[in-house]
Amino acid sequence: MSLITFREALRAALDEEMARDDAVILMGEEVGQYNGAYKISQGLLEKYGPERVIDTPISEEGFTGIGIGAAMAGLRPIVEWMTLNFSLQAVDQIISNAAKMRYMSGGQFSVPVVFRGPNGPAEYLGAQHSQALQSIYAHFPGLKVVAPSTPADGKGLLKSSIRDDNPVLFLESEMMYGVKGEVPDGEHLVPLGVAEVKRPGKDVTVVSFSKPVRMVLEAAETLAAQGIEVEVVDLRTIRPLDEKTIYDSVVKTNRCVVVDEAWPFASVGSHVAWLVSRTCFDDLDAAVELVSSEDVPMPYNHSLELAAQPSVAKIIEAVHRVLYV
Amino acid sequence: MGDQKRERASARLEKDLLGKMLLIRRFEEKAAQMYGLKKIGGFCHLYIGQEAAGVGAISAIDLARDYTVGAYRDHGYALACGMDPRGLMAELFGKATGSSKGKGGSMHFFDAGRHMFGGNGIVGAQIPVATGVALKCHYRKDGGLVLCWFGDGAIHQGSFHESLNMAKIWNLPIIYICENNQYGMGTDFRRVSSVTDFVVMGHSYGIPGKQVNGMDVMEVYREVKEAAARVRTESTPMFLEIKTYRYRGHSMSDPAKYRTPEELESYKKQDPLLIMKSRMEESGTLSQDQYEAMDAECKALCDDAVKFAEESPEPEPSALYEDVLA
Repeated sequence: MSLITFREALRAALDEEMARDDAVILMGEEVGQYNGAYKISQGLLEKYGPERVIDTPISEEGFTGIGIGAAMAGLRPIVEWMTLNFSLQAVDQIISNAAKMRYMSGGQFSVPVVFRGPNGPAEYLGAQHSQALQSIYAHFPGLKVVAPSTPADGKGLLKSSIRDDNPVLFLESEMMYGVKGEVPDGEHLVPLGVAEVKRPGKDVTVVSFSKPVRMVLEAAETLAAQGIEVEVVDLRTIRPLDEKTIYDSVVKTNRCVVVDEAWPFASVGSHVAWLVSRTCFDDLDAAVELVSSEDVPMPYNHSLELAAQPSVAKIIEAVHRVLYV
Repeated sequence: MGDQKRERASARLEKDLLGKMLLIRRFEEKAAQMYGLKKIGGFCHLYIGQEAAGVGAISAIDLARDYTVGAYRDHGYALACGMDPRGLMAELFGKATGSSKGKGGSMHFFDAGRHMFGGNGIVGAQIPVATGVALKCHYRKDGGLVLCWFGDGAIHQGSFHESLNMAKIWNLPIIYICENNQYGMGTDFRRVSSVTDFVVMGHSYGIPGKQVNGMDVMEVYREVKEAAARVRTESTPMFLEIKTYRYRGHSMSDPAKYRTPEELESYKKQDPLLIMKSRMEESGTLSQDQYEAMDAECKALCDDAVKFAEESPEPEPSALYEDVLA
C-alpha cells in the first residue's frame, strides 16, 4: 500500500499496463512531450517512446476514430481527451462506430479501446468546460462507462478497463486528481460492473459515483452525529450497472437518495431512481430523492457555480426528506 | 517465352477482373429485383456502374496483410474481397446465415478474416477508423496497408481532413480513395465543392495523388498497384480520386431526377464491363462464348445466393441480445 494521489494511481495503472502488453498505446493532445495536460501521463513518453505515447493534433473526431480502428485491428489504445467536454467533437465516432461495430458485424469485431479524461465541473471554467456528460454515454448499449471515486478504485478500474475487450468510457475528475488515498502497489484489479458499499448503514441508502461520493461520505458523517446511519453505495461502474448491490441496500434501509452531478433530465441518476422505485416499490417508505445539478448551464461566478452543483447540505436535506425529518 | 508467360498472366488477370465485375453487376441486379419484391428492406445502395473501382483496387492489394475499409455502398467491396454471395444475400434478407447474422444489413458487410472492415452508414465516419487500422500496421511494422474508401460527399466532412493530416504527420500506410461518382446523394459535387480536382485535397496535406479513370478496371488496377508500392517503399500515405458513375439512384428509393437521361446514356457507353469485354475480344483473349459462359456462371451464383437466403432461417429471438458486448 502507498498513500498516493488519484493522478499517481492512474499513472501507475497506465504504466503497469503498458509494461505488461505492447498492444497498449496512449494517444491524445499533450500526452507526450507536455507530459499530459493534467500530468497523468508524466514520464511515459520517456519510458515508452513516441511510437506508444502519441501526441495528436487538436482533432478529437479524428484521433478518437483512429483509436477505434486501431482497436478493431488488434491494438489496445487508450485515447485521452483533455476533458470530456471535447469528446463532444468525437461523439459520432464513439456512438456510431465504437458502440456498434460488434453488433453490426454479427460479433466479428471487438473494440478494446479506453477513452478517458476529466468529466464534470471543476472551478471557474464556465458553461462549456464544466459539463458532467455521463448521461450521454451511459445511454448507449455497446459501451461500458466507469466512474471511480477513490485512487485505489481509479487504479484497479483503469487496469481492468484497459484489459476489457469493449470500448470503455473512463470518467475522471479534475477536482479528484490531487486527492490522496491508500492504493495497493503492483497488480490491483477492480472488476467492472461491481458496486461497493463505501459505508454501511441501516437508515437510508445513498447511491452515487465519481466525485460526489466524497460529499456523500461527508454528509453521512454529519448525519451520523444526528443519529442517522447512511449506507453509501458507490456504483464505480455506471454501465454495466450493478443493480443487485443497490437493491440489496434499499431493501435493508427502505429509503433511497441518488446523487449525480449531471443535470436531472434523463440522467444516470434519474434512471437509477426509476429502477429503485420500480424494483423496490414494496420496500420503500418514501419516494426516491434525486440530488443533481441545477437545470441550467454552468455560470462562471463561484457562488453561483457552487449553487448549481450538489452539495453536502443538499444531500443532507434530501436524506431528511426521505426520513420525513 | 517470357513474353508469352507475361501475356498469359495478363490474360488471366483480365479475365479475373472481368469475372469479378460481372459477379457484382449480376449480384446488384438481383438485389434490386429482390428489393422490388420486398425481400430486402431499408437502405440499399447499389454499386452498378462503379464495379471497376472496387474490383481494380482491391485486386491490386494483398488481403492477407492489407485491409479495406469502406462506406455504405459496400456490396462491391465485399464481393471483390471474396466474400460469399450467399452470406451477403442472406444478410440483405436479414437472415441468421447472413455475413453479420442478419443484424447489419446492406450498409454493414464485414469479414474480419478477409480484412474487410465495413461497411459504414455514416458519411465519412469510416475514414478515421481506416486511419487507425493503418496506425496498427505502422506500429506493428507488418507491411500491411489500408484502402480507405469514401465518396465525393464524404470529402467535405471534418473526419476526412483530420485523418489526412494525421496520416501524413505519422506517414501511415494508407491509400485514401475518393470514389467520385459525381453525386453526393442528389447533389452534383460541383455545386458543393470549392475545388473540382479532389487531388488538391490530398496535396493540401502533403499527400501525393492523382485522378484515375474509374471506368477502366485495368487503369484502376495499375494505379493502385503503383500507389501501394509507393506506400510501402516511400512510407507515405497516398490519395487517389477515382472518377466513376453510378447508374442507379443514390439508394433504391431515389429516382435520380437530378441528372439528365443523356448524361446517364453517355456513361453507359463507357460501361466498365463493356470496355473490358471489347478490349479482350479485340486482343483475342476472350470469345463471345467464353463471356456468355462467365455470365451464366455469375447469374447461377446469384440465383443460388437468393435460394440460400430464401431458405435460411430467421435469427432466433435471442440473437437480439447477442453481440452487444464482447
